[in-house]
Amino acid sequence: MAIKTKKKIHEKNQKLTVHTKSLRLTTMCTLEKHGSLFILTLIGDNHEHRLGPSLIDCLLSALSQVNSQAINGGSALITVAHGKFFCNGFDVPWGQSDARSRLHQMVESFRSVMSALLSLPVPTIAAVSGHAAAGGLVLALGHDYVLMRRDRGFLYMSEVDLAITLPDYVAALMRSKIGGSAARRDVLLRGMKVKGEEAVRMGIVDSAAYDSEESVVEAAVRLGHRLAERKWNGEVYAEIRKSLYPEICGVLGLVSKTIVASSKL
Amino acid sequence: MCTLEKRGNLFFLTLTGDDDHRFSLTLIESLIFALSKVKSQAVHGSALITTAHGKFFSNGFDLAWAQSAGSSSGAIDRLHHLVASFKPVVSALLSLPMPTIAALPGHAAAAGFLLALSHDYVLMRRDRGVLYMSEVDIGLTLPDYFTALMRSKIGSASARRDILLAGRKVKGEEAVRMGIVDSAAHDSEESVVEGAVRLGEQLVKRKWNGEVYAEIRKSLYPEICGVLGLVPKTVVASSKL
Repeated sequence: MAIKTKKKIHEKNQKLTVHTKSLRLTTMCTLEKHGSLFILTLIGDNHEHRLGPSLIDCLLSALSQVNSQAINGGSALITVAHGKFFCNGFDVPWGQSDARSRLHQMVESFRSVMSALLSLPVPTIAAVSGHAAAGGLVLALGHDYVLMRRDRGFLYMSEVDLAITLPDYVAALMRSKIGGSAARRDVLLRGMKVKGEEAVRMGIVDSAAYDSEESVVEAAVRLGHRLAERKWNGEVYAEIRKSLYPEICGVLGLVSKTIVASSKL
Repeated sequence: MCTLEKRGNLFFLTLTGDDDHRFSLTLIESLIFALSKVKSQAVHGSALITTAHGKFFSNGFDLAWAQSAGSSSGAIDRLHHLVASFKPVVSALLSLPMPTIAALPGHAAAAGFLLALSHDYVLMRRDRGVLYMSEVDIGLTLPDYFTALMRSKIGSASARRDILLAGRKVKGEEAVRMGIVDSAAHDSEESVVEGAVRLGEQLVKRKWNGEVYAEIRKSLYPEICGVLGLVPKTVVASSKL
């Protein structure tokens, strides 16, 4: 089933449209259900979809909705954003006197978004159709699968250039998700701007065989359907995912549990 | 023994002499002293290049000195002493507030291999020199910080097994394929040092804050930092904040 990609959404007071009525009204992000797939769209209040306090809150609310909706298995989450940027990181009020403490607050509140993603009872796919930098790259890598464009957009951990050290959960995520020691050094210590094909070679993303925003989203939808068809038990899926990433779970305080939900036992 | 020079923003630490630059207590002390000088003279946009003259980068610890102790227990004590003295060299390199590059003109074995791996970037010659962890052949187990560094820097399980359990001697191009070194496209001592200088010049142009650089480096290698007792800290040095 083809999905029409929406262009920039400007309507105010847009509801999170899912099967059950949502009480939350926000323009920061939208959550829609298309058949078996949840589509989470980053909007924010600028074209860079920067992670400010409102967008972070919206993401938490959307992920909590997915969590409660997805109890029967057989779905997947796709996170998208439109335009030149997937997400350009935290919305730091550079130059203002309280910039440092506000950055700290956003970094701390974003921990919950990472926890929610790692505990989500559905497979997760990030369709990165534009630049993903700093917190934006962290958001993308918090997904099980990452697809990006070949022709546009790069991944960039800007912290070494901005002279800011990495929060503990960010370092743990990078170590868990970027397997090669040289690749980790290039991304974090060299501040490399990594385009699609190189990101695949470095093992950071799963595929970059796409030459438009539409085609990367379509590929994410196709992948989402294939994964949803497996009808995995969501609780078990989330626990197995957490067991892949014990270090970041430890840092985030996520506890794992044993589940035997097999109908065969 | 070793010399330290500064050319522009690049520090050059060179193991001198025509021998195999084995780590004696004296050489280890000189290395620690040189690295502390580098640290104190660091500015934003510095880099360190470590190299050596001749056929060897370094062939590891001065085992002949250990053996000349006159007794087996005396030899073991001396070896432990060397291992313990060398730990601060690895700590200093992992904490150094600037990018570090090892330019290998020749063989790097055992602790010499470890010295190379303690750098952010490693360049080797294609035509000369092997990387070799000789311990399994000599009959020595590995200190904790040796294995922690090997595990952190050599990603592939089969590469680690080949190097540590099979005592494989790895030449330049294979080392690149195994993901152990960054480049082996050099066919002379001059050319590997030139390669290091070119890389160093690219890196210093970024004018990174050294303190932040060192902390991000440490956060890449939590296991070896734990073994060495290096504590990470949060630094927000951005001039924009």
